Amino acid sequence: MDKNSNKYTFIYSILLVVIVATVLTFIAVGLGPRQEKNVELEKKANILKTINISSTTKDVEDLYNKYIVESFVVNRNGENVNGIDAFTISLKEELRKEENEQNLPVYIAKLDDGSKKYIFTLNGKGLWGGIWGYISLDSDLNTVYGVNFDHASETPGLGAEISTAVFQVNFKGKKIFDENNNFVSIDVSKKVTEGNIHAVDAVSGGTITSNGVRDMLKNCLNAYLGYIKKVKN
Amino acid sequence: MESINIFVKSIFVDNMVFAYFLGMCSYLAVSKTVKTSFGLGIAVVFVLTITVPINYLLQNYVLKQGALAWLSESFADIDLSFLSFILFIAVIASITQLVEMVVEKFTPALYNSLGIFLPLIAVNCAIMGGSLFMVEKDFAHVGEATVYGLGSGIGWLLAIVSIAAIREKIKYSNVPKPLKGLGITFIITGLMGLAFMGFMGFQL
Amino acid sequence: MSKKNLKLITNPINKDNPITVQVLGICSALAVTVKLEPAVVMALSVTFVTAMSNVVLSLLRNTIPKRIRIIVQLVVVAALVIIVDQILKAFAYDISKQLSVFVGLIITNCIIMGRIEAFALSNKPIPSFLDGIGNGLGYGIILIIVGFSRELLGSGTIWGFQVIPDSFYEAGYSNNGLMILPPMALIVVGIIIWIQRSKNRELIED
Repeated sequence: MDKNSNKYTFIYSILLVVIVATVLTFIAVGLGPRQEKNVELEKKANILKTINISSTTKDVEDLYNKYIVESFVVNRNGENVNGIDAFTISLKEELRKEENEQNLPVYIAKLDDGSKKYIFTLNGKGLWGGIWGYISLDSDLNTVYGVNFDHASETPGLGAEISTAVFQVNFKGKKIFDENNNFVSIDVSKKVTEGNIHAVDAVSGGTITSNGVRDMLKNCLNAYLGYIKKVKN
Repeated sequence: MESINIFVKSIFVDNMVFAYFLGMCSYLAVSKTVKTSFGLGIAVVFVLTITVPINYLLQNYVLKQGALAWLSESFADIDLSFLSFILFIAVIASITQLVEMVVEKFTPALYNSLGIFLPLIAVNCAIMGGSLFMVEKDFAHVGEATVYGLGSGIGWLLAIVSIAAIREKIKYSNVPKPLKGLGITFIITGLMGLAFMGFMGFQL
Repeated sequence: MSKKNLKLITNPINKDNPITVQVLGICSALAVTVKLEPAVVMALSVTFVTAMSNVVLSLLRNTIPKRIRIIVQLVVVAALVIIVDQILKAFAYDISKQLSVFVGLIITNCIIMGRIEAFALSNKPIPSFLDGIGNGLGYGIILIIVGFSRELLGSGTIWGFQVIPDSFYEAGYSNNGLMILPPMALIVVGIIIWIQRSKNRELIED
């Protein structure tokens, strides 16, 4: 057959597309469950990190089932929303909705010593792209027990330091309400005076990313405020 | 407001060349004179401004998980995102072809100056990069995606024209022999990149 | 292996290096060289795609209709890249997150298209395969050198392990934050070119 005829070109392209599509679909479907599992395990590992439990891909499932005793969804007024699995919620999507339509996931963990921790989801913007994470509060819903941040594309060595334990450990013991019970969140800034319980030192060289973390904490905790106040009273 | 922010950021902060090294091949090969580099730059702006929004629609209404829900509820679970690379590149290749034909037909003068560059653009990483970063940045609507495409294109144009201008001048400088040509271009681009980092954190 | 075939592999590593001599494929390369590990994975992925696409297109070379040549090439390359991406996502999730969009950019990596056009379309599958491997390695070696020096000087680690002893830091040494910034990748490549060309004088441009 003439290689440059229309017919040949046409048949050739159709064959090519069909073969390529079949092979790719086969691979994507075959590897799909494994990939989803990876995403799920990572999320579980990140949630566990906020309550200082480090896990490997092997034991994360068991540890998660052991420590996370409850997970549910609330709205901005703190009322329970039924019928949605907290684990599947993307906070990023929720924050784009109207305030009264937002669904916020809450996880409750019970540690070995019997203490109860509340874990909230965070999502915000860094310098180059998104940043997200989790924060766990003690049962007084004021003292921070642990945090975990991650980022899409912050500058390695500078902004990306927010995902390291060295930075995150500073948050432990900070308080999100002041003495008069007003919500103040936690500031992330330069030159924090020692003993300041509402601020942590910013990442050096990563001011914008640090500001992103500060805004993320403020926005997201503010969204949970309805729930927090309700439980406190 | 957000759109203006995206526009300015994509030109100066997320500059395709200085921050992500995209489109380096043609950037190095075609930056010998200002005139030709300007032509290529314009062609890149053109194609990016068209392909990014098209791929945005494709991503959000065909490929993303649940994106097909507008067709029928039963498609809500389908996730075709594994096909995104292949569809993006197909869109880019056909758009460049289309742009080439349209430009040839209506503005022969522009075609003569762009001519040889247009087919090259299909394999320019900056174009593909524009679409892939668009997915990662997850814009709220197609307007933002268009602005992002336009901004990235202009950023690339800015980069290639400035390096071409420098290269025209540097011919008269006494560069160490082994560094001549390619080597010094890399180093100058690096230094320009450092200068552009000054825009980091720029927000309107 | 015959001498000719061996040359197909060794030439691109130095004298005919795709990055420093042929000026191909810089695009998707440098942004992943902050650390050594992603640089190595990127190098392996590119080698795989270059070799495989060379083989496939060399097999198809007598059947491809001229008018849709470029599209056929792009489709084959894109399919291979998707395979790499899917495998990384399933088996090396952490690294695939670090590489993010740069895996997709392998498609438009000029090395791949360049080698297909320049070699695979006019040669038999086996030499094409070797040519692909050689060029992938030549590309990889630059990535690895850049990744190595940036990680060592910028973070004081190699492959994530600290190699610069604490006593150095106590004595006043500190990591060079500049090395971590994107533009330094270009400057490091510029220096590699300088060194290479001072050794191989015939590569010098006029």
